[in-house]
Amino acid sequence: MQADLIVILPEIVLSVYAIAALLVGAYTSQDRMASLLVWVTAGLMTAVALWIGVSGEGTRTAFGGMFNDDGFARFAKVTILLSASAVLVMGQDYMARRDILRFEYPLLIALSAVGMMMMVSAGDLMALYMGLELQSLALYVVASLRRDSVKSTEAGLKYFVLGALSSGLLLYGASLVYGFAGTTLFSGIIEAADGRAPLGLLIGLVFVISGMAFKVSAVPFHMWTPDVYEGAPTPITAFFATAPKVAAMALFARVVHDAFGGVVKDWQQVVALLSLLSMFLGAIAAIGQRDIKRLMAYSSIAHMGYALMGLAAGTVFGVQAMLIYMAIYVTMNVGTFAFILSMERDGRPVTDINSLNMYSRAQPGRAMAMLILLFSLAGVPPLLGFFGKLYVLRAAYEGGLAWLAVAGVIASVIGAFYYLRIVYFMYFGEEGEPIETGKSPVLWGFLMASATIMLVGIVNMFGVEGMAQAAAATLVN
Amino acid sequence: MESNLLSIITFIPAIAALILGVFLRGEDETAQRNAKWVALIATSLTFLVSIFVLVGFDPNDTNFQFVEERQWLLGLQYKMGVDGISILFVMLTTFMMPITIAASWNVTHRVKEYMIAFLILETLMLGVFMALDLVLFYLFFEAGLIPMFLIIGIWGGKERIYASFKFFLYTFLGSVLMLVAMVAMFSEAGTTDIPTLMSHQFGSETFSLLGVQIVGGMQTLMFLAFFASFAVKMPMWPVHTWLPDAHVQAPTAGSVVLAAILLKMGGYGFLRFSLPMFPIGSEVMTPLVLWMSAIAIVYTSLVALAQEDMKKLIAYSSVAHMGYVTMGIFAANQQGIDGAIFQMLSHGFISGALFLCVGVIYDRMHTREIDAYGGLVNRMPAYALIFMLFTMANVGLPGTSGFIGEFLTLVGIFQVNTWVALVATSGVILSAAYALWLYRRVVMGDLIKESLKSITDMSKRERAIFAPLVVMTILLGVYPSLVTDIIGPSVEALISNYELALAEADAATKLAAATE
Repeated sequence: MQADLIVILPEIVLSVYAIAALLVGAYTSQDRMASLLVWVTAGLMTAVALWIGVSGEGTRTAFGGMFNDDGFARFAKVTILLSASAVLVMGQDYMARRDILRFEYPLLIALSAVGMMMMVSAGDLMALYMGLELQSLALYVVASLRRDSVKSTEAGLKYFVLGALSSGLLLYGASLVYGFAGTTLFSGIIEAADGRAPLGLLIGLVFVISGMAFKVSAVPFHMWTPDVYEGAPTPITAFFATAPKVAAMALFARVVHDAFGGVVKDWQQVVALLSLLSMFLGAIAAIGQRDIKRLMAYSSIAHMGYALMGLAAGTVFGVQAMLIYMAIYVTMNVGTFAFILSMERDGRPVTDINSLNMYSRAQPGRAMAMLILLFSLAGVPPLLGFFGKLYVLRAAYEGGLAWLAVAGVIASVIGAFYYLRIVYFMYFGEEGEPIETGKSPVLWGFLMASATIMLVGIVNMFGVEGMAQAAAATLVN
Repeated sequence: MESNLLSIITFIPAIAALILGVFLRGEDETAQRNAKWVALIATSLTFLVSIFVLVGFDPNDTNFQFVEERQWLLGLQYKMGVDGISILFVMLTTFMMPITIAASWNVTHRVKEYMIAFLILETLMLGVFMALDLVLFYLFFEAGLIPMFLIIGIWGGKERIYASFKFFLYTFLGSVLMLVAMVAMFSEAGTTDIPTLMSHQFGSETFSLLGVQIVGGMQTLMFLAFFASFAVKMPMWPVHTWLPDAHVQAPTAGSVVLAAILLKMGGYGFLRFSLPMFPIGSEVMTPLVLWMSAIAIVYTSLVALAQEDMKKLIAYSSVAHMGYVTMGIFAANQQGIDGAIFQMLSHGFISGALFLCVGVIYDRMHTREIDAYGGLVNRMPAYALIFMLFTMANVGLPGTSGFIGEFLTLVGIFQVNTWVALVATSGVILSAAYALWLYRRVVMGDLIKESLKSITDMSKRERAIFAPLVVMTILLGVYPSLVTDIIGPSVEALISNYELALAEADAATKLAAATE
């Protein structure tokens, strides 16, 4: 028992902190603490990330295999925690100035991070569901954090209803899997599904995949994404676009490889189809968008398509490619959202991309950083975003999915158009009413750091390649 | 022998760009002048250092020289080197860049960014010609789109937005297919090292894909994927339509770089990848490429005849001249490939000079309409002389470098396919027609247009810019072995490997047939 608790110590620390801080906050009921709490929470999450990253080694399981602490989980956890704390810090100023910085906000984010850590470590369908719901419930609440805004409450409600539906699908699938495999443990399912899975198990698998596809917002389960991204306050959108996506992708990888690793051919086609549809829908639907948050929603759908391409390969290299892709994706999105958070006019947030007209004139440095990020998002070399694509393309080709690789690069050309259009507004447009991008050094720092990583990272990717390789090797065997 | 010379050449411009970006502040005249001088000095320095490479280069050694190698991500390498085929393209780039910068002396709009874009572009172009790793090549090849996109989009003409998007998306679409083929090669051969891949035999068994019989198998597919990229870059008919738009809208210096250097990447790619790595695929597709080239020569020459915009006319003439290049390459014999490389170098000087000629009068009159000019010889004798020289070189007059390239490629193709040679030769006449007609309309006749009455002849700066181009055009025209001595041995090795691979494949098929 004690050994089990030691394995989940990082999760315990974060949960205890969240609950204690919640109690303190509730008793003093002061939002004045909120700013402080943001920094403390972010600091704690970063510390936990470092702790997990530095001290963790080997593979340990707890609670009879329900919880795994392996290289794969640690890679995902570090990415999740670091991006969550980055987004928390970024949004603090934005929320404080608009008077929506409640003290619950950082704590809900922390709880959702705990849920995500559970997800990526899950070794059992029950543990999976528990983590998923803890994460989602916290997110439903923060999506509608701006209670007096119709859009924000609509976003929260939509997210909740559709999220509940997807949870239902997932649970139904899980019950089928349990029925046919006789166990909810992944290690038991893989034995039941070795070589050839019974039909019921396959149907269960498809339902479980549908539930998870909703969380990564893969087409055709993406409907909620643009509305939620647009409606939620921008810091929350930034959070949606980063940590939960990593968690959901990692969970996806864990389920298909840990529980269904014996029947790769059976889920490969499903994942490949999800990937294909996501890449194309993300690329095409974003063309018509004028709102940068909606645009980023479609952009993230397309990016999930590429990450799924790596997963669809069904190989160790595929998982490695997916992890690298997600790490790069998160870094790019942190920088891009740091910029979006800073866009405002007379103190009011602006999200229309027209407002960026000739932005490069007013702020050459920031415009250049955005230029780098946008080309990186589009996957144009020599930026890091290109290497993400290179990894997943290679994984797909070696996994026998050459057609998916061809489709992927064609979608990337279509997608390049809308990133270029933002560049067009910033560099070629006509002088319009200028926007301010604030003086916040925090946002400036994240924007510049992210752009620099895109440029300098191509030298050796800061060693992420090797870590991802080690992580992938522990998952697939 | 390990030396860093190639990396030094490649990254001098990038470092200069970084210095400009970080240290230069302000938009006033001093800042603008400093930006121009930094760019000019950096590009000139690059040229000087590149002379060391040329001097130290041993033409009789057909291996890659000045090789440097470092491990990189994903089992890729940072590997640079030059051989007889690439070294002259490197020289062409370093030679043209100072001229380009000097030609931009009149730019007043966002000078610092302008110079940075050109310096970065030079680094990327040099990288393309030196890279000895597939992905490294792709990286430089594609990254060049970013500065060029900005150059057209920010400093271009009226339709610049349309032209820049068309340029970017067109070439990007062509290249991504090549990326998939590169990934496939990486997986099949297990390496991205270009010299190793050149001696690797990719599968060539015929198989059927979606019901279509693919003769030449993998090699043909990979050839087509690379072809999609290089044909767009070249550009070959019928995927040339981005070029006239890009040329017309780009600023003068942008057009010069585009015509003189960027177009050569396609031809270089054919020589570096298509022929040596997919010999069987190349052989299967040769008739298609030859006829596409022949059509390009005739068709785009006819289109050029009908143009009213000077830049557009020269752009179409570029497409026609690139037709000779592809034709020469796929003739796959010594004269053909020598001629193709020669034609690319000579076209670099000539078309660059022609765009500069247009730039000279555009700077004065702000129009490129042919009808707006006439009788310039009366007020601009020096200009008329220089423009005539390059017009003649464009036509392929003996004594200029244009002649050697066209002649060699035609000799090469005649041995392979007489009919293609026949059609292509008619292009020589057509090129004389459009070039001379352009010259007559712009320069000859009486100066009757009121607006031209006060036009001034070329300034000292402008004359200085043209001087090196004039020298190169005539020098190569009367002494072509300067080039062919350097490229000859490497081309010979390329052809013998190509023929060896074809003979082996042929023997293998015969053997298979005999055993059945």
